[in-house]
Amino acid sequence: MLYRENGQFKTTYRQDQQMLPILQDRIFMALLLLFVFGAGPFIFSDYLFLSILIPFLILALAAIGLNLLVGYCGQISLGHGAFMSVGAYAAYNLALRMPQLNFLVVLILAGLIAALVGLLFGIPSLRIRGLYLAVATLAAQFFMDWTFARVKWFTNYAPSGSVSTATIDIFGWTVDTPVRKYLFLLAVVTVFALVAKNLVRGHMGRAWMAMRDMDVAAEVIGIRPVYAKLTAFGVSSFYVGVAGALWGFVYLGSWEPLAFDINLSLNLLFMIIIGGMGSILGSFFGAFFIVALPILLNQAPEWLGIHMSTAMVSNLEAMIFGSLIIFFLIVEPQGLARLWAIGKEKLRLWPFPH
Amino acid sequence: MGAGANGGKSIGGVVLGLEGISLAFGGVRALQNVSFDVREHEIRAIIGPNGAGKSSMLNVINGVYHPQEGTVTFNGVKRRDVNTHEAAAQGIARTFQNIALFKGMSVLDNIMTGRNLRMKSGLLAQAIRIGPAEREELQHREAVEQIIDFLEIQAYRRTPVGRLPYGLQKRVDLARALAMEPKLLLLDEPMAGMNVEEKQDMCRFILDVNDQFGTTIVLIEHDMGVVMDISDRVIVLDYGKKIGDGTPDEVRGNQAVIDAYLGVSH
Ligand SMILES: Nc1ncnc2c1ncn2[C@@H]1O[C@H](COP(=O)(O)OP(=O)(O)O)[C@@H](O)[C@H]1O
Ligand SMILES: [Mg+2]
Repeated sequence: MLYRENGQFKTTYRQDQQMLPILQDRIFMALLLLFVFGAGPFIFSDYLFLSILIPFLILALAAIGLNLLVGYCGQISLGHGAFMSVGAYAAYNLALRMPQLNFLVVLILAGLIAALVGLLFGIPSLRIRGLYLAVATLAAQFFMDWTFARVKWFTNYAPSGSVSTATIDIFGWTVDTPVRKYLFLLAVVTVFALVAKNLVRGHMGRAWMAMRDMDVAAEVIGIRPVYAKLTAFGVSSFYVGVAGALWGFVYLGSWEPLAFDINLSLNLLFMIIIGGMGSILGSFFGAFFIVALPILLNQAPEWLGIHMSTAMVSNLEAMIFGSLIIFFLIVEPQGLARLWAIGKEKLRLWPFPH
Repeated sequence: MGAGANGGKSIGGVVLGLEGISLAFGGVRALQNVSFDVREHEIRAIIGPNGAGKSSMLNVINGVYHPQEGTVTFNGVKRRDVNTHEAAAQGIARTFQNIALFKGMSVLDNIMTGRNLRMKSGLLAQAIRIGPAEREELQHREAVEQIIDFLEIQAYRRTPVGRLPYGLQKRVDLARALAMEPKLLLLDEPMAGMNVEEKQDMCRFILDVNDQFGTTIVLIEHDMGVVMDISDRVIVLDYGKKIGDGTPDEVRGNQAVIDAYLGVSH
């Protein structure tokens, strides 16, 4: 009986257009934010920060970015790992060559550079779609991999090709301990998630979705395909570029060439398939799932007292991912986010079955 | 009685003129040297058997197809090849024979896309939303709500369009086109597959749009009763050729038309 929208009458369109029109959802979100910002830093362990929460937050950001393109605009990309690497190397070079720049500025610039590269590789989408577009974006992946491995300037002529970053300093606040990294990422991801939510609720988001659902009809009502597709590629790559910079600076600290290879691109796709295409919330679910499942699989046998070789565990992981992806593609293309929505619907009706 | 149904209304000058339009797909000659005009504020019907080229005609008007020959004059400006979205920007809206709604979006969002051409707030404004973007959004929401009221679909705002029954989907398709506030509205078989009651509703909506908003309408319809009732003038196509053009009464009396169409289907 707790989750109800009865009696919550909207008297203005403004109320009706809120991000979370149902009061209980707003309360839940407020409590969640209060908990993760207020309580989390005190009660979570360093292990939780470093091996789950930090990668989760960054990958959630990247998944949102990819979801804007694939889930909202219906354009496939296998090159998003590459756009992450563009963000990471752009941030590395900006920080290296202009040390006076504030890291937040570096982050935004890195995102903008990734957006530019993403736009460039998005141009084929104006002509081709589906499998052909997938192959074209795959080319972006290999091209960027090659560039950062071969063009030594990007890695500052480090003999091994691996680069390492300095500690992040934001107006005198150093982002060095796990808890600070967590808080910094949490703030960034919250803002970006909010912005993404705003974009998909506005006319640009509707243009993307119209393009995805029925491109001929979209054009007939005046949506320009060039504009819709390229903004989607640009914004999406911006998000992913920022995520790449954070992945390099906050999570990895130092990385080798091929840290952002095709596997990362595929993982990002898995996240949005499992989490939910066309859902910001789903991007979080998917990222959490991808980060947490391997850890769970590693720990579970121990808890259960079963001995399992690491090879076995990684095989198991691949099998579970594979079956889940097939399951979601066939049964529930809207992923975990859809299951969540169904759960909420059930709760709304509870305790009455109908 | 065609003109009778719209008794007192005043038909204006020519808004759309088509001159010698020919369109072929490989060997298929969909349209052959077709000319006609549409006057302001009029309901102009296009009839003809399946495959006669009716939908192709609409596709030429709003730039989906580019004819090999002939010119289109809209609002006094002569043009041959425009992009679909340019035609939209000039004020041409349309609905589709096979519903072409945005399946993954709600009824409200579908109709809101009809306002996209008019929404100008930039990327950053939309990202922040609070302020200009939200004001713009609300202003257009109000326009859309009027259309929702007009078409009596208030109960379905939040419903994903895919879940609506067919008749209502047709209505949402019309709502989305109306949201563009078009000068010229092209309707491709808006009543196909509807039951009698739904057809009556749709007729009423079309007449009301024409009457209240002064929208010029080009309509493809198979139901001869409907066509004779609501249209001011009728064009008859057969195998891509125009075989009749005039008021419903004139067309009804035309022997070529009777042979090609009326006699066969009724
Ligand atoms: N995109 C297309 N490609 C090939 N042939 C087409 C295309 N569109 C229409 N046609 C052909 O043009 C002719 C007229 O079709 P259409 O305009 O849809 O007829 P109607 O709407 O009167 O039933 C048909 O023979 C059809 O097969
Ligand atoms: Mg047709």
